[in-house]
Amino acid sequence: MKRVYVNEEWCLGCHLCEYNCAFANSGKNDMATALKGKRIFPRIHVEGADKITYAVSCRHCADPICVKSCISGAISKKDGVVCIDRDKCVGCLTCVLVCPFGALAPGEDGVMQKCELCLQNGVGAPACVTGCPNRAIVYEERGEEE
Amino acid sequence: MKRCVIIGNGAAAAGCIEGIRSADAEAEITVVSAEKHAVYGRPLISYYLEGKTDPAHMNYRSADFYEKNGCRVLYGRTAVGLDPERKEVTLDGGETLPYDAVCVAAGSSPFVPPFEGLDTVEKKFSFMTLDDAETLAAAVREDSRVLIVGAGLIGLKCAEGLRGRVGAITVCDLADRVLSSILDAECAGRMQKRLEENGIGFLLADSAVRFDKDVAYMRSGKEIGFDILVLCVGVRANTALVKEAGGEVGRGIAVDEKMLTSLPDVYAAGDCTESVDCSSGARKVMALMPNAYMQGFTAGVNMAGGEARFDNAIPMNSVGFFGLHAMTAGTYEGELFEEKTDGTLRRFYVKDGLLKGFILIGDTTRTGIYTSLIRERTPLASVDFALLRQSATTAAFSPAERRRKFGGASK
Repeated sequence: MKRVYVNEEWCLGCHLCEYNCAFANSGKNDMATALKGKRIFPRIHVEGADKITYAVSCRHCADPICVKSCISGAISKKDGVVCIDRDKCVGCLTCVLVCPFGALAPGEDGVMQKCELCLQNGVGAPACVTGCPNRAIVYEERGEEE
Repeated sequence: MKRCVIIGNGAAAAGCIEGIRSADAEAEITVVSAEKHAVYGRPLISYYLEGKTDPAHMNYRSADFYEKNGCRVLYGRTAVGLDPERKEVTLDGGETLPYDAVCVAAGSSPFVPPFEGLDTVEKKFSFMTLDDAETLAAAVREDSRVLIVGAGLIGLKCAEGLRGRVGAITVCDLADRVLSSILDAECAGRMQKRLEENGIGFLLADSAVRFDKDVAYMRSGKEIGFDILVLCVGVRANTALVKEAGGEVGRGIAVDEKMLTSLPDVYAAGDCTESVDCSSGARKVMALMPNAYMQGFTAGVNMAGGEARFDNAIPMNSVGFFGLHAMTAGTYEGELFEEKTDGTLRRFYVKDGLLKGFILIGDTTRTGIYTSLIRERTPLASVDFALLRQSATTAAFSPAERRRKFGGASK
């Protein structure tokens, strides 16, 4: 399946992916209305410092420990995509305790959220990829185990 | 066709079902469920009291889970005997279930010390099951005075869950601090403070000597009046079936990395077991829902004739009260590295060049990066540990290691 990958050498550290992610998941039509003056809660995070930066989002692991650890049964894997049922999440943070990538974090409402590849929010393709000005973030098949 | 029997119907049983089906689509699966509920998230019962979830959302798996997996579930039934020679499970009522492989996922039961006068208390409850939570929810009133015996995870989550529904809550414990099994005095003090700020009262290093209807007489001489008594002293692994069948049992049913007990074709998983903590090498009961699922899954694969091992279990907890979170993992031994910043306390324990354990209170963002260092036994010499102590970041790994972790080499 296609996953989101980041080529570190092309990442500018501009954080646009974080804004595009937050906008794509805001349900709003206009980026300014959605984000201006607000703290954003993106599902992708730019990491690193100085010369090396890169963005990290859910790896949709072949053997996802978040799915196995969720006390609510709120996280599941559907067609290769690790999804979260936010109505079932109680915010216990057990997934934060176990995810080796730090890919889950609470949203504005305290309920956990994570990258679902923009397949659930109506955007259709990962907004972080579409909006990356230096094409550092790509959405492609690299033959990893699903 | 292989006949698999699962005794219990919690997260370990769900894992076992999914493990069996990952390796064998045909095996016959029978689940013996003492509780008359489909598998639900047991730790959610405090969130249910708090109003953060409800029984309609507490199902651990979808409504068609058993049907989809071809399971027969015997609700309201308990296993009373296990015969490893005849390969039979005996149910209450005498009926027998023959098996080729069985998984004992019987969980644990509340431990109630023999308090004098406990029988005179009319409204006393335990807090383990959904039925317990519903009974407790129905019994409390806005002006109820609640006494909770036990300041461990269950007692404190119960206190948090009840806070908005009752008049007053006091928690007592023989230990001198809250969460004494996972937190040291300073860390426990921080959590206690948050609980106290939210109206929970404490009587620590004190215990009830005697109850008389609605009064607890404490060892300190204090007398505590209450309307509702909740007993959260501790739990005991349900080991009797395996013990009586001649299997090896310590504080829990002893299992190996395949979740096999000392008895042939008898597996065990979840809170009823004890297994090796990979952070210390010690054998212990690690009654945690993630471990229960992973043990169950491992048992299931092996029961179905596949090959699976679960060899990196550690104790780990994510526990929050009124917005303050603590996360703990592994073993607190070796050299201590401590970081205190902006209301966040981080303690790391290092031995033999490996991260063995941690306690974090406050900002717990991306803590799984630390947990994975323990579980994967990552040599700290291969990461920027000084950076990691400041914040959980994958920038502490080498670029090559990041490429491996994040998958798919650059095209």
